[in-house]
Amino acid sequence: MTILVAPESAATPSQPRTQQRNYLTDGYSVRSWLLTTDHKRIAILYLLSITFFFLLGGAAVIVVRLDLMTPQADLVQSETYNKLFTAHGVIMVFFFLIPSIPAVLGNFLVPLMVGARDLAFPRLNLLSWYVYMLGELFTLYALLAGGVDTGWTFYAPYSSTYSNTYVMATAVGIFITGFSSILTGLNFIVTIHKMRAPGLTWFRLPLFIWALYATSIIMVLGTPVLAITLLLVGMERLLGIGIFDPRLGGDPILFQHLFWFYSHPAVYIMILPSMGVVSEIIPCYCRKRPFGYAFIGFSSVAIAVFSFLVWGHHLFVSGQSIYAGMVFSMLSYLVAIPSAVKVFNWTASLHKGSISFDTPMLYALGFVGLFTMGGLTGLFVAALAVDVHVHDTYFIVAHFHYIMVGGAVMGYLGGIHFWWPKMTGRIYPEGWARLSAILIFVGFNLTFFPQYILGYLGMPRRYHVYPPEFQVLNVMSSAGASILGMGYFFPLTYLSWSLYFGKRASPNPWRATGLEWQTSSPPPTENFSETPVVLDEAYDYHRFDSLAATEGGGK
Amino acid sequence: MIGETPTPTVSALAHQFDDLTQQNEADDLGMWLFLSTELMFFGGLFLAYTVYRRQDEATFAAASQELDLFWGTLNTAILLTSSLTVALATHAAESRQRQQLIGLLTATIGLGSLFVSIKFMEYHQKYVHGLMPLGGLPFHWDGPSPAHAALFFDLYFLMTGVHALHMLIGLVILLVLLVKAIRGGLLGDHAAPVRVTGLYWHFVDVVWVFLFPMLYLIGAR
Amino acid sequence: MMSSKRSEVPVYAAIYVVLLVLLALTVEAARHDLGELNLVITLSIAAAKAILIVLFFMHVRHSTSLVKLVIAAALLWLAILFALAFADYATRPWDLIIGGMGNNSA
Repeated sequence: MTILVAPESAATPSQPRTQQRNYLTDGYSVRSWLLTTDHKRIAILYLLSITFFFLLGGAAVIVVRLDLMTPQADLVQSETYNKLFTAHGVIMVFFFLIPSIPAVLGNFLVPLMVGARDLAFPRLNLLSWYVYMLGELFTLYALLAGGVDTGWTFYAPYSSTYSNTYVMATAVGIFITGFSSILTGLNFIVTIHKMRAPGLTWFRLPLFIWALYATSIIMVLGTPVLAITLLLVGMERLLGIGIFDPRLGGDPILFQHLFWFYSHPAVYIMILPSMGVVSEIIPCYCRKRPFGYAFIGFSSVAIAVFSFLVWGHHLFVSGQSIYAGMVFSMLSYLVAIPSAVKVFNWTASLHKGSISFDTPMLYALGFVGLFTMGGLTGLFVAALAVDVHVHDTYFIVAHFHYIMVGGAVMGYLGGIHFWWPKMTGRIYPEGWARLSAILIFVGFNLTFFPQYILGYLGMPRRYHVYPPEFQVLNVMSSAGASILGMGYFFPLTYLSWSLYFGKRASPNPWRATGLEWQTSSPPPTENFSETPVVLDEAYDYHRFDSLAATEGGGK
Repeated sequence: MIGETPTPTVSALAHQFDDLTQQNEADDLGMWLFLSTELMFFGGLFLAYTVYRRQDEATFAAASQELDLFWGTLNTAILLTSSLTVALATHAAESRQRQQLIGLLTATIGLGSLFVSIKFMEYHQKYVHGLMPLGGLPFHWDGPSPAHAALFFDLYFLMTGVHALHMLIGLVILLVLLVKAIRGGLLGDHAAPVRVTGLYWHFVDVVWVFLFPMLYLIGAR
Repeated sequence: MMSSKRSEVPVYAAIYVVLLVLLALTVEAARHDLGELNLVITLSIAAAKAILIVLFFMHVRHSTSLVKLVIAAALLWLAILFALAFADYATRPWDLIIGGMGNNSA
C-alpha cells in the first residue's frame, strides 16, 4: 500500500542493530513467555497450542478413515467410532479452526497492520490464551477419561439426557473456550477502531483487517448464545430441568435454534479470516491493487451480518415449521451474494497481473477454487427439497469440509507461509513448500470429492458400516486422506527446520505493501521504532514497484 | 487533567495508547462490546422464556403468582438504588472525592449483598414450598399442566440464578475497587475501572428490570 | 467523560425518583386484570426504565456515536434471534392441533 513511513524508520530495518533485538530475543525464560503481554508472543503461544490440537484432531480422523476402508466394523466398535468423529469435530471446530487465523495471525498482525504498539487490551489478550488453555484442559480430560459420543453438535435431548459419556466436561471446555474467542474479538474491534496509525483510514486498511473485523462481530455477538445453550444443556444434565427434554415439556428444536444461531455464523468465523488472508496474498503475487477493494471489504461485513439470518437451514428436516424453512432457505441464498462478490473480485484481480506461483499464492488459488466448490454445493443444500435428499449424508460432510478445510485451512496455511518470515525472521524452503501445497490440494480433492458422490448416492454420515457398493469411493477417500495427511506433515517439518537452518529474512522478502512489512523481521517488541504515518492507498503495488525500480531495486 | 491533589506515582496511561482520551474511549468501547455479549447471553434465556410462555400463558401466569411480589418489588428498589450509588461513585472518582467514593462503593456493595441475600431467601421459600423442580427435588403443583409450571420455575431459577451470578461477580469486582479506593487509588485520571464497573453494574440492573415483570408481574394478581 | 460533571448529581437523583415511580406504577398495574394490556404496560414500563438507566446512569446520551452503534447492533442481533426463531414458532402447524401430537412431526 506504499505506506510512506517517516524516512528514517524506512531505513532502519537494514541496520544490524534492529536485526538483533526483536520480540523473540526479548527474554528467553519460560516466565517471559507465560506472562508476556506482547501480542506477537501470545500469537506464538496460540500457534503452538492449536498445532497440538490440530494433530490430536487429525489423529482421531486417521482411525475414522482407516475404519471406513471396509464396509464392516472391523477396526473399532460403534461406540468408539462415535467418540472418534465427535473428538475430531469438537477439536477441529472449537479448538483449531475458530482460533486458528484470528488468534495466531490476527493476534500477530492486527497491531502491526494498523501501526499500533499492541492490541488495545494486552492483558486481556493474555487472559484469552489462558482461558483457551483452561477450556482445552477440560476437553482433554473428557477425551482421555472416555470421550463423548454426541457429535460436535451436541443435539438435545441425547446430549442433555441420554448420552452416558463425558458431555459435561466437554461442554464446560467449549463454554470456557468461547470466552477466549469473545475476548479476542472484543480486543480486535476496539483496536481496529481506536488504535489505527495517523492517516490509516478505513479504506486504507488491509482487507485482512476488514475480514477480521467482520469475524470479531460474529465472535462477540454469536458466541454468547452458544455459551447459554451449553449452559442449558449442562443444567439439564446436572439438575434435570426440562428446557430441551420433550418428556418434561421442553422443545428439542429450541436447542437447534440456539445452537445454530452461533454455529452457523461460526463457519464464517473460520472462513472470513481465510478470505482476508487470500485478499492479502493475491495482490502481492500478481503485483496489483485488488479489483474492487471496497467491495471485498464490505462483502466481509455483509457476510458477517447475513450469516446470522440463515441458521434455520440446518433444521429443514428437524420438525421446524415449513414456513420458517422457506424463509431460511431464501435468506441462505443471500449469503451467496457477498461470497460471490469476493470470488469474482479475486479472479478479476488476477487479470493482467504479473502472477508468480509462489507457495502462498498456490494456497490462495487453491482456496478460491475449493471455496467456490464448497460454496456452490452450499446452494444445493440450502434448497429445501434437495436438502431432504442429502441431509445428514456424506454430501454434507464433503460440503463443509470444502469450506472448512479446502477454504479455512488452505487460507491458514497460505497465511502462515506468507507471514512466516515476518513471524520468525526465517525463509522456508520454497521447493518443499510448493510440493506440500500441491500435495494438500490433490489429497484434499481425492479425500472429499468422492464423499459428494457417496452422499448423493445416499451414504449417511456418522455410520461406520455401509453397503459394500460404497467401498470403492470410501477407499479413494481414505487414500486421499493419507496424501492430505502427508501434505500437512511436510510444513510441520520444514517450517520447524527453517527456524534453525532457514535463510534469514529481510524486512520485506515478498516486496509486499502493508505496514507489517515496514518493520524488521521479526519485529521489535514495540513493533515500530516510531509511529508510522500512512499517506497512501492500500495495495498500491504499481507505485511500489515503479519506486523500487527507480531506486535500483529495493530488496 | 484537572489534576492537583495527590498525584499517583503510576501513570494512568498504558504504554499502547497515545493519550488518555484514546484510552478512555477504548475502555468504554471494550466494556460496551462486552455488554453486548452479555445481552446476547441473556437473550438466549429470554428467547426460551418467550417460547414457553407463549405455549401456555395461563400456566405461566398461575405459576408467577407463587412468587413473592413484596420481595421482588423490594429487590427491584434495592437494585435501582445501587445503580444510583454506583453512578454517584463514578462521579466521585472522576472528581477526586476519595471519602465519597469509598462511602458510595461500600453502599453499593451493601445493597448488592442485600439483593443477593433476599434472592437466596426467596429460593429457600420455594424449596420449602416444593416449587424447586431441580435435581429431582419434589415438585408440587395442583393446577393443570404441572410439567409446564415446572418449566416456569426452571426458567425462574435459571434466569435469576444467572443474574445472581452476575451480581456476585460484580460484588467481587466492587470489593477489589473498594480496597483500591481505600489505598488512595482510582481518582481522577485513574477512575476508568470505577466507570467501567459501573457500566457493568447498570447492565445487570437493566437485566433485572426486565426479569422482574417477566417473572413476577405476568398475569393479574 | 470528564466534562461538566457538577450538573450530573441532581440529574441522577431525578432519574432515580422517576425509576421508583415507574416501579410503583408497574406493580400497581399488575394488581388489575387488564387482559392483554397487562403485558403491554409491564413491558413498556420496563423498557422505559431501561432506557432511562442506559441514557443517564450509563451516560449514553454523552457517549460517542460508536458506543451508540454498538448498542444498536446488539439490539438488532437480539431482534434477529427473536424474529427468526419465531418465524418457526409462530408458524408451526401443530400448534393449531395442540395436544400430544408432537411426536409425529417427522
